Parts: sequence; C-alpha cells; structure tokens
Amino acid sequence: MTWFDSAADAGKRLADAGYLADQATATTTFLAGALEKPLLVEGPAGVGKTELAKAIARATGAELVRLQCYEGLDEARALYEWNYKKQLLFIQAAEVTSKESEERAEPQRDWATDIFTEEFLLTRPLLTAIRRAEPTVLLIDEVDKTDVEVEGLLLEVLSDFQVTIPELGTMAAVRRPLVVLTSNATRELSEAVRRRCLYLHIDYPDADREHAIVTSQVPDIEDTLVRQIVETVARLRALELRKSPSIAESVDWARTLVSLGTGTLDAATIDATLGVVLKHSSDLDRAVRELRLRQG
Amino acid sequence: MSLLDRHLAFVEALRSAGLPVSLSEGLDAVHAITGLGLADRETLRAAYAATLVKRQPHRTGFDQVFDLYFPALIGDGASSDQLVDPAETAAEDSAGSTTDSGDGPQELADFRDALVDALGMGDPDALARLARDAVQRFGLIRGRGPGEQRWSSYNVMNRVSPGELVARVLRGMGLEPDQDPATRRLVDAQVRAFEGLVEAEVRRRAAEVRGPEHVARYTVRKSIDQLDFTAARKSDLEEMRRELGPLARRLATRMNRHKAARRRGPVDFRHTVRASMSSGGVPLEIHHRPRRPSRSDLVVLCDVSGSVANFASFTLMLVFALREQFDRVRAFTFVDEIHEVTDRFRPGLDPVETMAALATSAQHATLWGRTNYGRAFTRFAEQHPDALTPKTNLLVLGDARSNYSDLALPVVAGLVKSARHAWWLNPEAPRHWGTGDSAAHEYAALLPMVECRNLTQLGQFVHDLA
Repeated sequence: MTWFDSAADAGKRLADAGYLADQATATTTFLAGALEKPLLVEGPAGVGKTELAKAIARATGAELVRLQCYEGLDEARALYEWNYKKQLLFIQAAEVTSKESEERAEPQRDWATDIFTEEFLLTRPLLTAIRRAEPTVLLIDEVDKTDVEVEGLLLEVLSDFQVTIPELGTMAAVRRPLVVLTSNATRELSEAVRRRCLYLHIDYPDADREHAIVTSQVPDIEDTLVRQIVETVARLRALELRKSPSIAESVDWARTLVSLGTGTLDAATIDATLGVVLKHSSDLDRAVRELRLRQG
Repeated sequence: MSLLDRHLAFVEALRSAGLPVSLSEGLDAVHAITGLGLADRETLRAAYAATLVKRQPHRTGFDQVFDLYFPALIGDGASSDQLVDPAETAAEDSAGSTTDSGDGPQELADFRDALVDALGMGDPDALARLARDAVQRFGLIRGRGPGEQRWSSYNVMNRVSPGELVARVLRGMGLEPDQDPATRRLVDAQVRAFEGLVEAEVRRRAAEVRGPEHVARYTVRKSIDQLDFTAARKSDLEEMRRELGPLARRLATRMNRHKAARRRGPVDFRHTVRASMSSGGVPLEIHHRPRRPSRSDLVVLCDVSGSVANFASFTLMLVFALREQFDRVRAFTFVDEIHEVTDRFRPGLDPVETMAALATSAQHATLWGRTNYGRAFTRFAEQHPDALTPKTNLLVLGDARSNYSDLALPVVAGLVKSARHAWWLNPEAPRHWGTGDSAAHEYAALLPMVECRNLTQLGQFVHDLA
C-alpha cells in the first residue's frame, strides 16, 4: 500500500485531517511513507509533533499505536511479556488434570510447551504494531526519555521490522507500519538511530500559517483578534524567554479570550491573561517590561 | 555536469562543511529524489534535508551549501526569463525602480526607501528580491574584468547600512524608537535576515564565477556548537545564549543518569542476611550500601576583559545552571582587580539579564583597565584566603594574555596547592598559546590547561568536572 500519492497529496490530506502542514512537513511525511523509513520529529514543545502522527493516522485511515517512552521503560513494557499469572494458573490446573488422567492411564499432555503459546503472550505496542495486518501508524513518543538500552532495541525493530521471541520464533511485519518518533532533545539520540530515520525539525510557524491554525482550531473567533494574537505571540518569541510560547499556547490563548468574550487584545487584556502563554515568572516579568504593559 | 555528479559533489561539500553524511543516507536521498522529481526547488531542499541533515544545528550549514549547489537563479536573475517564474518577474517589474541598476546617490535613496517598506511589511519575498538587487547594484568590487568579478557583502552593508534604517521603520509604524522594545526586536530580526540574504546572494554569485566547491570550502559557517567563542559575531552570540539552556538540561540529564548508575555501593551484609530470613535463609535479594554522594565545591575565577568576556560569561552561566551538581559555587571576575559575583546568579534568572549584570561587574573588577593576571591572583589570595579548601576545585578562565606584566607564579602555585584540583580553561587554540603576550605555557606548567573554544568542548569539560 502507498501511504500518499505525492507530497502535495500528503499536505492536502493532512489539512483535511485538521493538520496544516508546511511544505517541508508534507514532503517529509510523503517520503516517510514512500521510502518506508521511520520519521524522527524534533522541535520545541507544543509545536505539534505528536499531533502530526495522529493526523497521519486520521488522514490515511490507519490505526494509531502509541508507545509513550519514559525513564525505566523496558522490553517487557515496549515489546512483549509472558502472562505469568495466567501461566501459573494453567500449570496448577494442568497438574490436577494430569493426576486424574494418570489414574485413568490416558496419554500425558506436555504442558511445558503449552504455556508458551500466543494465548499467554501479552503484546506491547511495538509487537502490536508489527503484527497488525491493517495499516498502522506507530507513534514512539518522547524517545529521548528512554535509556540507551531501549534505543538498541528500537534499532533492531525499526531496521528490519521483525522481532524474535525465543519460544515462538521470529515474527516479521506483515505490513510495515509508518513509524513516527518524537523527541524533545533532553538527551542526544545516538547516531545509529538518526541514520536510520528521516529527520524533520518542526519550528514555530510563520504568521500566516499560525493564523490559519488558530482559526481552524477555534472556529468561532474573530479575524482581527486572531491577527492580534499572532502578532503578540510573534513579539513574545522575539524576546529571549526561557520557554517561548508555541502553537499550543496560541490556541489556548485564543480559546481563553473567546470564552472571556474579549473582542480586542489591548495592553490590559494581555497583562491579565499572559499566564496562559508564559509559564515562568521571569518570563512574565520580562514580557511585561518589554511590551510596556504596565505604565509607570 | 550530470545530475548524479552534482548530487555527489553536494554530498561531498556537506561532509567538508562538517555534516556526517553516511553512504546509506546519500542513497536514501537519491531514492527520495527519484520519488519526488525535481520540479520544485523547495521540495528538493526538503527531501535532502530529511535524508541528510539529522540535527538542527547542522541546518544553517546545509542551507548555505544547498543554495550554492542548487541556486534559485543564475546571473542577474532578471535577464534569464526562461528560468525564473514569470509571475515573479512580473512582480519584480511592478516593484518599479528595481529594474534599473544604477548605484548613484538617488538610486541609493530610492533603494533604502524600498527597503524600509519591505522591512516594515515583514515580507520575505520582497526582502529576497531587494537583497538580490542590492548585491547587483552596490556589491560589485570595481576594477575587474568580466569573468573575474567579485562581490562583497561588506560593500553592500557599507552603502545601504540597514542597521540605521530601524528607527525609520519604527517611525513608519507610528512608534518612537525606544517606545516598544519588543517590536524593535522584530525589526532587528528582519534586518539580520536581510543581511543573511545579502551574504547568501554574494556566495551564490561567487559560486557561479569560481565554482561551488571553492566557495563552500571558504565561506560556509560551522554549526553553532562548533563555532569559536572568540570568532563569534553578535548574532552568533545570541544564538549561543539560546543554546545554553538546552545544553545545561542535556548535561544535567546525562550527569544524573551517570550518577544513578554508580549509586550502588558495596554489599551490605547485615541487611542482606536480615532480608534472607523471610526466604528461609536463602539470600534471594542482595542489598547494597548506598554510595556517599561526593559533591565538590567550585571556585571560578574569570577574566572578563574585552576579548574573552563572552567565553567567561558562557562558562559561568553553564556552571550555575548546573549548580545542583556541585555543593557550593563561588564566582569571581577580574581584569586587574578581583570582584565576587556569586550573588548575581540566582536560580531561574533570565540569561539576558545575567549577561548584562556580568558586563557591569567588569567595571568593579577594573582598576587600571589593563588585564593583569599576576595582580588579580595576588589580590584574590589576599582578600579571599578562605575560599580555597582541600574540598575545592579551582577553575580559571582566560586567555592568559597578561600584557607582559608580572605573572605572580608563586602565588598561583600556592592557590593550586591549597585546592583539591585546579584547571585552566583557555578559549584560544593551543597553537596560539605562548605567542605574543600569552603566558599560557608558564601557567600550564603549574596547572593543567585545557583548550575550550566552543560549546561542545565546554559542555564536555563541565560534564567531566561534576
């Protein structure tokens, strides 16, 4: 199956799914589908990295399988695990039945091999995504939070799309999932992972695109207000803040202003609602000073 | 030159610009381009970027090399109609005065008016057009025959001097220059974008005359974490400052992981035996003694005189961003007098303000105004004899250029002796050590001197320190 017909098609279908992609994003998404390579997405928090994966799933009608990474994530949580409790119950039940069958001199069942079957396998996101026969988007979120060992595991899975389970044998992907990895760069990913992936850096959007995004996310907002929000956010980004406002914050701000029933964004309104966009007290102080929000 | 040759030359140029492009990535790029076609330049750029550039700091260098090997237009642009999109040429004509290419005072005034408009509108297409125009009109170095032409961005900046236009742009928006610092920053960013465009255009024209390999080798800038502190321009410094926060965060994560791995101490026998009671005397779980956290004090002495001030403040900010990794940090600045700046660093402080505060502190550290390492060390030993203890790590930052004054080597030897460890970070390349008034070798005999020229080296050193 082809995921998208062309870069333009990718852009259009993502837009239909509610994700307004720029040209680089659309092209790279198309390539990820066409070359069947994982896509590594980096960028500041809140620019829509995770949303891109969700939008791809919506646009292609594929199911999204998500693996949220965290410190201490291991193979048992990422790949597969044997259901020990169920195996234990099965063995206990088998002991009882085998005694009974012994009394009746029936042939013995070899329950030691019976407990390592599909029935007792708990598939975790990576294995689930590989075994699915329907189109799948596999989202590996915040891959930089994992330990280096998991990265090694990912390498194996992402390059061959197959997993070896000692008791069952090798499971190869029936249909390769489209893999999206997101990272916030808290840790440098290894060269090996980067080399196997296509790379996309999503940055803050330009004014026109941000305007379109806010309008599409908050439909009942006035056009002048959107323009004021976009312009103010652009000015905030030009300041050197600890955390610059991203798209998520612009949309939150728009929602806040709409629910407050504010029609226009003047200095007093900005001052009152700035906490929606800026999350550090030093950033707030700086913005108040630089935007001259409070007189005197 | 066939398309494949151009691709190979491009990949080769990227490698020499410091991007680690592997063979398989090059193949990926070829696959990607075969799938996409060559119809659109920005699509081609996106395809190359997705397959070859795997780190955002490399992106600037990539874009520069890409513009050299796949230029948007050739020659003067306007004359080659068949290559330029007709709509674009029409827009260029409608822009009026831009079609004639004189460079007299009247044309210059007209051009600057057009630039003020474009800067005010923040229109990237208009800026690109004006940058092209500016290089063509004002950038040519005179007195060279055809085929030998050279263009210079310095000429352009000299004539157009876009920095002076900021006030005019702001007045055009109905603002006084100092009224709204945030808007001013936006306009400043536009001016910097224009300067970048002019430089790109100069490189493109040079590449046409002399070949892209030549230009790529000499003019493509290194990525920001590889850029020398001493060679950085103002815009680079701002970019570096923005990099500091993420760098500190990455380092902290790495250090914490590293420490967590070493946390397990020797086997705690009593604890293990006691725990084995519940499993019938079989020690199923081995318990370990926790390792004592060994954190150290840090005393930093920074030369804040002109040339190395940036290096010193970057290092200080990084050290303080990681202060929870140390027990206690004290910082002193000096030029020829010593001055303590520890209280300037508070958690959660804004980096811009910290840099400004450090700059003013340089005044307190100055008595005569000429760097004098010997005097500074002597004063430090006199005024803060309690600062160095056997638990303290001493860090000296500076280029060891002491204006041929007394080096106070015995004092330094005493300082090194009273501290647990001592290092000297020098922002100069080792081949410059000992040249001119540099006393690097003299000091290096007393304490290990480490080359620390860019953010990568700085990050590595600070990581190993904690």
